[in-house]
Amino acid sequence: MTDNTRNILDQQVDWHSPKVRARLRRRHRTDFLFRAIGFSAVAAAGLFLVFLLGNIIKNGAPGFLQTSIEVDVAFDPSLLPDPTLERAEFAAAMARVDLQRLLRQSLLDHFPEVSGRADTIRLTRMLSSGARAQLRDILVRNPAVVGTTGKVWLLASDEVDQVVKGNVDISLPEQNRKLKNKELVWLQRFESEGRVSLSFHSRFITAGDSREPELVGVWGAIVGSGLTLLVTLLTAFPIGVASAIYLEEFAPKNRFTDIVEVNINNLAAVPSIVFGLLGLAFFLGVMGMARSAPIVGGLTLALLTLPTIIISARAAIAAVPPSIRDAARGLGASSMQVAFHHVVPLAMPGILTGTIIGMARALGESAPLLMIGMVAFIVDVPGGVNDPATVLPVQIFLWADSPERAFIEKTSAAIMVLLFFLIAMNGMAIWLRQRFERKW
Amino acid sequence: MTNSTILVVIALLAVIAFAVVRQKSVAVVSGATDTLHSLPRYHGYYASLMVLLPGLAVLALWAVSGKTIVENLILAGLPDAIADSNAERLDLLINRIRLIAENGTGIETSEHLLAAAERFNRLYGMGIVATLLLSMGASAAGYLYAARKVVAEFRARPRFEKILHGLLALSSFLAIAITIGIVASLIFESLRFFQQVPLDEFVFGVKWSPQTALRIDQIAAEGAFGAVPLFAGTFLIAFIAMIVAGPIGLLAAIYLTQYAGPATRNVAKPVLEILAGVPTVVYGFFAALTVAPLFRDAGIVMGLDVASESALAAGVVMGIMIIPFVSSLSDDALMAVPDSIKQGSLALGATPAETIVRVLLPAALPGIASSFLLAVSRAIGETMIVVMAAGMRPNLTANPLEAVTTVTVQIVALLTGDQEFNSTKTLSAFALGLALFVTTLVFNIFALQLVRRYRQAYD
Repeated sequence: MTDNTRNILDQQVDWHSPKVRARLRRRHRTDFLFRAIGFSAVAAAGLFLVFLLGNIIKNGAPGFLQTSIEVDVAFDPSLLPDPTLERAEFAAAMARVDLQRLLRQSLLDHFPEVSGRADTIRLTRMLSSGARAQLRDILVRNPAVVGTTGKVWLLASDEVDQVVKGNVDISLPEQNRKLKNKELVWLQRFESEGRVSLSFHSRFITAGDSREPELVGVWGAIVGSGLTLLVTLLTAFPIGVASAIYLEEFAPKNRFTDIVEVNINNLAAVPSIVFGLLGLAFFLGVMGMARSAPIVGGLTLALLTLPTIIISARAAIAAVPPSIRDAARGLGASSMQVAFHHVVPLAMPGILTGTIIGMARALGESAPLLMIGMVAFIVDVPGGVNDPATVLPVQIFLWADSPERAFIEKTSAAIMVLLFFLIAMNGMAIWLRQRFERKW
Repeated sequence: MTNSTILVVIALLAVIAFAVVRQKSVAVVSGATDTLHSLPRYHGYYASLMVLLPGLAVLALWAVSGKTIVENLILAGLPDAIADSNAERLDLLINRIRLIAENGTGIETSEHLLAAAERFNRLYGMGIVATLLLSMGASAAGYLYAARKVVAEFRARPRFEKILHGLLALSSFLAIAITIGIVASLIFESLRFFQQVPLDEFVFGVKWSPQTALRIDQIAAEGAFGAVPLFAGTFLIAFIAMIVAGPIGLLAAIYLTQYAGPATRNVAKPVLEILAGVPTVVYGFFAALTVAPLFRDAGIVMGLDVASESALAAGVVMGIMIIPFVSSLSDDALMAVPDSIKQGSLALGATPAETIVRVLLPAALPGIASSFLLAVSRAIGETMIVVMAAGMRPNLTANPLEAVTTVTVQIVALLTGDQEFNSTKTLSAFALGLALFVTTLVFNIFALQLVRRYRQAYD
């Protein structure tokens, strides 16, 4: 001990002197401050999340709703096929009918004061281009309406829809609005007659993509995502579990398995877009598979999720206590029987949890799918893994690029659908973990 | 008929082989199964593997190389005039032929191409039938081999387990095969790129404009492939992201491991997990739709000119995205510091803050630094946020208020939409991908080394 320290130790410290107290107060204040900063960091993360989700929900909730306008449609027999025809013949004849004319006539009957070509077009454009398909459906289902006049709820165009939802500032000067004053007057007249309704839009869930925001739906993308994930699951799960079993139960500890391990950890950190490049070069370039097909997307995502599944499956297998293995071996089981009859079934809840989490990540992934052409505009709902398809996140990406104001809420609504599936999958993983996972 | 039909056929054959051989093994010993070396079902398993593997091998060979073989046959069969006139664009020609073959005649009028497409379909159909027959033949041979082996002494279980062992090992080597595949495909395409564009131009060039002439005789801007502005943009955005995510993530980890009670932790942990689970396309939409206009308006109020696709907006949102990443890795690093060190410091009278800053953080520094490096690597490779919220125009600047573009944005821009597989433009995307892969790999390896080298052995 040096003299200096001895001097300090010999000093009598007055712990109650103002100087020491002030220093202590300062130190405690710093501590409090530090703690407050730490808390605000956590709070900031929470606020970001609330702001993000709040924003999405606020924008997206109206996306599930759609404005319809009730129109008195005169099913003019002179424009329509003979209702006494056979069903099939009637439907075939319907395909040639100019329903736009029928619609225009009905609207002009309602607004006799409208005249002139430009105004008539404006008036009919208040309805969606899907209104014709609605009329066709009604007629094909029930040809008997020909010759009568019926009240029909028809989809409004996206611009009318946006005004009804209050997303458009109608106090703006007329030239800055898509919907001009004339249309607003007509819309007000419809509203005053109780002919405008804003209700749940089931088409958004059941339809495929479209160029018109009021006609789009997420079903095509949901099916595409489902098929893609199916391919991913069928390839990544068996291979991932098999390699986890090998690495945990059978692999000799040598340089080669070391390399495999390091390699798997590195693969998990490779940017997802690089897997897309591999998919493009190998599946499309070498194997010549079709662009935009769920099978290619699924295989690419399988490469991406494989490391995740291997890592979590290894953790689950390693968590099975050695006593289980010893007991099985003692009863004469071969090492394969030990692995497949005892270790893997016990590790299964953990493996499944990891797999579901990996699948959830694959569901949200879009960058590698852009590389292999899943960004095409596809109206039809895919029927199999070889059909062109898109997936939910890519659909969101595509809609986010669309210029129409109405696509903002459609994009946000699609995000809500995607988040719903993610929450469901993660919830399932948590449930599995809590229900089946054992502590040894 | 498609490849999946063949797969189903082989699988069915394997199931049948299982049932038949299992029965046969029972019959061989006239029901006294205790005299068999292996249980009947192992004879069945063995037989089904013997049927499955040869059939699948044939199918895999066809799936990987079938279209290439057919394409080469088609090219060889084309009239010399067409093949010669298109010598440099053979891939384009093949693509056109395949388009006709898959989607009908469409707008093509060239007789030769139509004929070639028809030939393509015919040859491909023949190829599939041949594959089906060959794989069924291979399966049948496997079956005969296995069926001949069924005797009481046959060691079916060890044989089956040996094959299974091989299959398990094979699947774990697949992870290596993926890495090799990534490296090989990136290097292969990049080499072709560097044959056309010198390496030093790519690495040191400051001008990126990948527009090349579509035809040789076309007068168009010569492409410039200098990747410096792209990497500058990438690092600028990653840097902004780290300014957001670094402090918030680390402080959150400190608060959650050192101060927070169980109640706070139970709320904060799921919040961070949800933040980590939100798909990047959602962050991208959020950045483009909400944050970028917000910054732009704020800029107008403060008299600053903020671009509508500013690096700042993309960087901040990317920062939010990697907060959970930094915080969970730093959390692990802090938790790895032995409790005794912390208790010792507290016992000597240090306040918790002093303990954290002077004892815990230095002890956990390698782990924390490595978590930051991994976060940077993640920010560099992140795609959707920048594709949706950052700019398209290469811009060599350090000003976060301007629009910059990144490596990943350019890869997406180069490879989405119609492209030919061999143009310099398309190949440049692979060169960028290689550069991206190497950069992130360096960061990852460096992060791992940091922990390995400086980890203190406390026990």
